[in-house]
Amino acid sequence: MTELLSAALVGQIINMLASVLLLLSFAMLAQRRILSLIDLFAAQGFVLMLSTAFVGWATGQVHLYVSAAITLGLKVLFLPWVLHRLIRRLNVKWDVETLINIPTTLLVGIVLVILAFNVAQPVSQLAGTVTRGTLGIALAAVLLAFLMMITRSKAVPQVIGFLAMENSLFFAATAATYGMPMVVELGIALDVLVGIIILAVFFFQIRERFDSLDIRHLEKLKE
Amino acid sequence: MTEISWSGTIAQLTELALAILLAPLLTGWVNQCRAWLQNKSGPGLLRPYRLLRKLFGKDAVIAHGASALFRTTPYVLFGCMCMAAAIVPTLGTDLPYAPVADAIALVGILALARAALALAAMDIGTAFGTLGARREMMIGFLAEPALLMVLFTASLLSQTTSLATTVETLSQRDLAIYPSLAFAGVAFTMVSLAENARIPVDNPATHLELTMIHEAMVLEYSGRHLALVEWAASLKLFVYSCIGIALFFPFGIAQGGDAIGLLLALPALVVKLAIGGLLLALIETLSAKMRIFRAPEFLGTAFLLAVLALLIHAFLES
Repeated sequence: MTELLSAALVGQIINMLASVLLLLSFAMLAQRRILSLIDLFAAQGFVLMLSTAFVGWATGQVHLYVSAAITLGLKVLFLPWVLHRLIRRLNVKWDVETLINIPTTLLVGIVLVILAFNVAQPVSQLAGTVTRGTLGIALAAVLLAFLMMITRSKAVPQVIGFLAMENSLFFAATAATYGMPMVVELGIALDVLVGIIILAVFFFQIRERFDSLDIRHLEKLKE
Repeated sequence: MTEISWSGTIAQLTELALAILLAPLLTGWVNQCRAWLQNKSGPGLLRPYRLLRKLFGKDAVIAHGASALFRTTPYVLFGCMCMAAAIVPTLGTDLPYAPVADAIALVGILALARAALALAAMDIGTAFGTLGARREMMIGFLAEPALLMVLFTASLLSQTTSLATTVETLSQRDLAIYPSLAFAGVAFTMVSLAENARIPVDNPATHLELTMIHEAMVLEYSGRHLALVEWAASLKLFVYSCIGIALFFPFGIAQGGDAIGLLLALPALVVKLAIGGLLLALIETLSAKMRIFRAPEFLGTAFLLAVLALLIHAFLES
């Protein structure tokens, strides 16, 4: 622990960053425009990077700096750039269609947050980290990303939901155990990168086949 | 209940008089700031006072078929807003009148004013009045739960629903980052925009337009009745600004009822109100009025933020 900040203040800053992360998850859930969705995803990655770096600084865990750097490079800069390019190439700047209307989705989101907080409370009492309180928020963010994937009918927002879920899992790992081992983190980063490339290829295939990225068309693919 | 002291009574009366006298000035300041931001010269700070004087000097014209409800509503409205202004601590927290109503009752008082105005608007039977009343009730029923949740968050922090005690606790605590208060602050801002007929929800400058809400309800009022309604609207804006200041920026408010503290609290309050008014004008200039059917989404977001504030406080900060 550094002497510059008191333990209470460190906890408060971590809680603040976690709350902003949760707020951004809700903002993504409520967002209609696909370009703003990508910007929100980048913002979420930025908050994740800040909180990882801050936890690394507060606890003296050097490897968290590396994972913060990976987050910055991959999730704040590279993936949003790829997604922006994809949107331009696919010409899909339309508003995102949701299956349930947005206020209802947000209310379901609140229920999920309550559920996540309740589930995480006994677990976080076992953890000995300064970040243990934020485990509930991380779990809530995972569930909210799940909800976003379920309620969107187009392929690109679903992929963004998937990426947001990966962000929150990363955050959960930092909250519970100060991050995963370096090998695992590098592996996941590579997985996400490869996953995006494969999904991008899929986007083009789906559009070529149906002239649309609405994944409901995939249901017609029965033999 | 504590004993009523002389200093407390004086503080209470000063506060109420100050609210009633300063409220039109705040409205004038917001309008002036907005005019400046839009590159206009503006009507001047004292314009609301001149309007009130003009209206009080005119005869009140009342429509045929208007019941007593229509005539009493301006007084009910003004009375409700005065009562709300008396409960909210602006200068000091030692208010003998404050135990009369807590934060929940405050929301009730504001609801009473809203219901009275909506009924009066429907009383005349014009299309505009009914339309405005229905819209106002829709906005109101969406904004109220969010406002209650914001007040509950502050109450949870201080373990009481009494507004004066809450503000006293909040102003005495150590400087710390409360994410829950930040969320509640944003939610409260959104609710106040909707409740005070401000731009993303309603346009206060509009007159005789299909999109108006508040103005549609008061179309039939004239003379002293209109003056009271306008004054009550200014007071409502003042009360909401003061709730926001008291809950989220309580620093500088006087503890107890000492005269020097109250004297020092006055310039602090004026500066905070001026900054708040400027921010309100900025929000109004930067945002466009949304469709009425987007209002549920806007207020739903406010409710969501307020509930999140409550949850985050319950799970993270306890």
